[in-house]
Order: sequence, then C-alpha cells, then structure tokens
Amino acid sequence: MKALLTARGLTRLHGPGKGCQNVSFDLYPGEVLGIVGESGSGKSTLLNVLSGRVMPDRGSVSYCDAQGRVVGLHDASEAFRRTLLRTEWGYVEQNPRDGLRMGVSAGANIGERLMAQGVRHYGRLRQAGLDWLAQVEIDPQRIDDLPRTFSGGMQQRLQIARNLVSRPRLLFMDEPTGGLDVSVQAHLLDLLRNLVRDLQLAVVIVTHDLAVARLLADRLMVMRHSRVVEAGLTDQILDDPQHAYSQLLVSSVLQP
Amino acid sequence: MQVRGLSKTFLLHQQHGVVLEVLRALDFDLMPGECLVLQGRSGAGKSTLLRTLYGNYLPAGGSIRLRHEGAMLEMADAEPRQILAVRRGTLGYVSQFLRVIPRVGCLNVVMEPALARGVSREQARGDAALLLARLGIPERLWPLAPSTFSGGEQQRVNIARSFMVDWPVMLLDEPTASLDAANRDVVLELVGQAKARGSALIAISHDEATRGAMADRYLNITVEEPAHAD
Repeated sequence: MKALLTARGLTRLHGPGKGCQNVSFDLYPGEVLGIVGESGSGKSTLLNVLSGRVMPDRGSVSYCDAQGRVVGLHDASEAFRRTLLRTEWGYVEQNPRDGLRMGVSAGANIGERLMAQGVRHYGRLRQAGLDWLAQVEIDPQRIDDLPRTFSGGMQQRLQIARNLVSRPRLLFMDEPTGGLDVSVQAHLLDLLRNLVRDLQLAVVIVTHDLAVARLLADRLMVMRHSRVVEAGLTDQILDDPQHAYSQLLVSSVLQP
Repeated sequence: MQVRGLSKTFLLHQQHGVVLEVLRALDFDLMPGECLVLQGRSGAGKSTLLRTLYGNYLPAGGSIRLRHEGAMLEMADAEPRQILAVRRGTLGYVSQFLRVIPRVGCLNVVMEPALARGVSREQARGDAALLLARLGIPERLWPLAPSTFSGGEQQRVNIARSFMVDWPVMLLDEPTASLDAANRDVVLELVGQAKARGSALIAISHDEATRGAMADRYLNITVEEPAHAD
C-alpha cells in the first residue's frame, strides 16, 4: 500500500522552540494519526503546514491523490491546494464558526462542496443535505435553519457533515471536541469513529486530550517545544510511554 | 508464535529514574490449538508478558514472531499499522476490564470487532445477540451503555466482544475473574471451541480449576527480586 501523505523534515519556526521542527512520518489510507502535547508545543503549526495552509521553512509534504499521482504539496500552486482542501481533503476547525458559513442554512453549508464539484441539481443537493444531517444525527427538519440557531455540539456535527459530503480521503481536525460539553463530546467521538471506519478515512487530529486520542487515534506523535519526542502505537504510548516528557504527560492526567 | 530472549524493563523517569526489570530472556513457542497457562505469583509479570505480546508494552529486547496471514511477522519492531492489522485479524486480547466509549450501547460494543473485519451489520448483530444470550446478559440491557453495568456484567460483555470473531492467537488475562460458576463454564466452553478450531491461547487465571480446565502446558514466570523492592 502506498502512503497517502508523506512528511519529511518538516520545519516551520516562528521563534526558538516555537512551531515545529524536523517532523517526518507516513500516513496510510484509513489511518488515524493523533498529535498530542500541551499548548504551545507546535501541534497546530504542524497541522497548518501539513494541510498546506502555511509554507514550511524546510522539508516537504507529498500527497498521493485519488488518481495515484504523488504531488509535492508546497511545490504545487495555491489554487491546487485550495482545491484539495475542498475536494479530497477536509479540515474541521476547533471553532465551528470558523468552518461553517453562519449566514446560510444548514443545507446550503452541506451542499457547498458538492456545488463546487459541479453538482447543480437542486433535488440532489437537497437530498445530500437531508442524508448528511441524519448521518450526523441532526434532525433533517432543521435543514433550512441557520447554523447560529444550533447548539455548539450540533454546529460541530454540521461542520463534519459539510466536510464529509464530498467523500474526502483525508481529514484534518484541530481539537474537534475542544469547546464541547463532556456529554456532547462522547457522542461526537462515537460518530467520528464510525465514520472513520465506514469511509476508510485517513485523519490527522490535533488534541491535548489524551482520552480523545486513545479513542480515535491509531498512533500518536507526542510534541514538546516544537519537536516530536516520541511516536508509536496509541495504546503503547499511553500505557508504556518511553520518553520522560511522555511519562510526565500521561501521569499528569487525572483519572476520574 | 515464537518468543526468543524477550525482556521487559520499565524506566520511570518521573520516579528518580528507577528501573524495573520485569521479564528477562523469556523463550517459548506456541502451537495452534494449544493453551499455555502462565504461572507465577502476583507481581511476577504475567500480565506484563501478555501486554508485551499484544504490543501494548514495548519490549526492551528480544523477539516476538507471530504467524499473521501466512507469514511470520516480527512484532518487536513492527509499524503501528502492522500491529493494528495483527490485532484486527490474528491476535485477540481479553482483559479483565472493559474499556468503552461512554454512551455506546452494549450490543454495538460487542459487534465492533466483527465490523472492523468488514462483517455486515446484520450478521454482526445476530452473532452478538447469540453470544450475549449465551452469557446471560438480558435483552433489555443490550441497548444500554455498559458503563452502568455491574463488574460481572461488564466482564461478560467484554468476553462476548472478544469471542465475536475467530482469533488464531488469543491472550486471556483473568477471563473468569468475577464470574459465577455457570458463566465461568460458558467461558471455558468458548475457550474449548476456540482451541478446537485451532486457536492458540495464552492464559492467566488465579482459579486452580479454571487453569486445569484450560491448560495444555504451563509456563513459569519468576519474579526478578530487585524489581519488586516495594
């Protein structure tokens, strides 16, 4: 099997120890990679560089597209990267207000990617909206409502539906459960797990919540001061961490 | 499964760099259809061995070779995705405790290993219902999340989940610990059926009768004295 995303020596610094340095990994189809570490460790910078939103100082990211062509992400044009993010990729923002269009209906939010891909038939867009609202467990009758009338958890689920409607192969997520109540988090995590399995999605997820990482990620990278200090199978990192910092991180979590 | 020179140490950075040597130079082979029961007193490292074999703990040295999809795979330096593939198709692990997502219903928890192998929802649902019934979990509990169940019920849900699919190799850590005699017999039956199908098993049990009923061979795990200064 060919890697979907390959990062080599990826570096982007905006201060000493701020950003990410020398990050390398391969991500395969259907694989969920969690990036953990405390605030300021460089997780979000790394996600931005990986998704092509920010240019690296050094290093490369290559992506194997749906046709099997390997593309150097940062050598390609800005337009190409934008197209990827609307088609074969998805990006779920921590704050759903940054990832949704708040001024248009839930249905229009879901239909946008399909329209960008050339779907013009109103009935089909409408049906996709209804189907995806049901998939993310929002009452389809709310299809004409504006996202601002939704709760935080519903907005986050709507953002996920909006991203997944185009059947992306790779999804980036930045603290997707960060601003949610605990009861809503559990529901969202279960939903994400099922979608990842059913759609064979590859995911890069940034989280500081180790419980979220354990539930969703196949493997983890632990970041500290811009560097990856340890990487491996999720349960091995959490149950038998090797690096001093990973041990501190894992042992600092309160067990309810 | 072929294990050679397997050792496991823990270096506790946060506790003044204490080094615990738990397993030292372990050698054994495991053949299809046999059950190897681990012996040794509490703290000797029996559970540590199972976790190391499962890839949950990182070996300090040595080799764990496992037949996976017809070829021998070295687990000690395998990639995460290889270990996950082994866990989906070859190597099952029955722990004492159920770790589940809050708010996911019991039936769905049990179905998951089958769904992960691509079994249809309908088929998985049917198999899960049979196992839960066999293990005496009343049907009214099936839609409920197991986090509210009693310890024994949770363990039976865990067992149902573990026996949803056939595993060429199974690791059993106290599978009958909090079960009554009737349910323990069901578990022993499930273990017997797995062996008859050719599964190789490694088991830990504190109960003499359970050990006797499962074991074809015993492996002694001895405590490294300095490692247990506490």
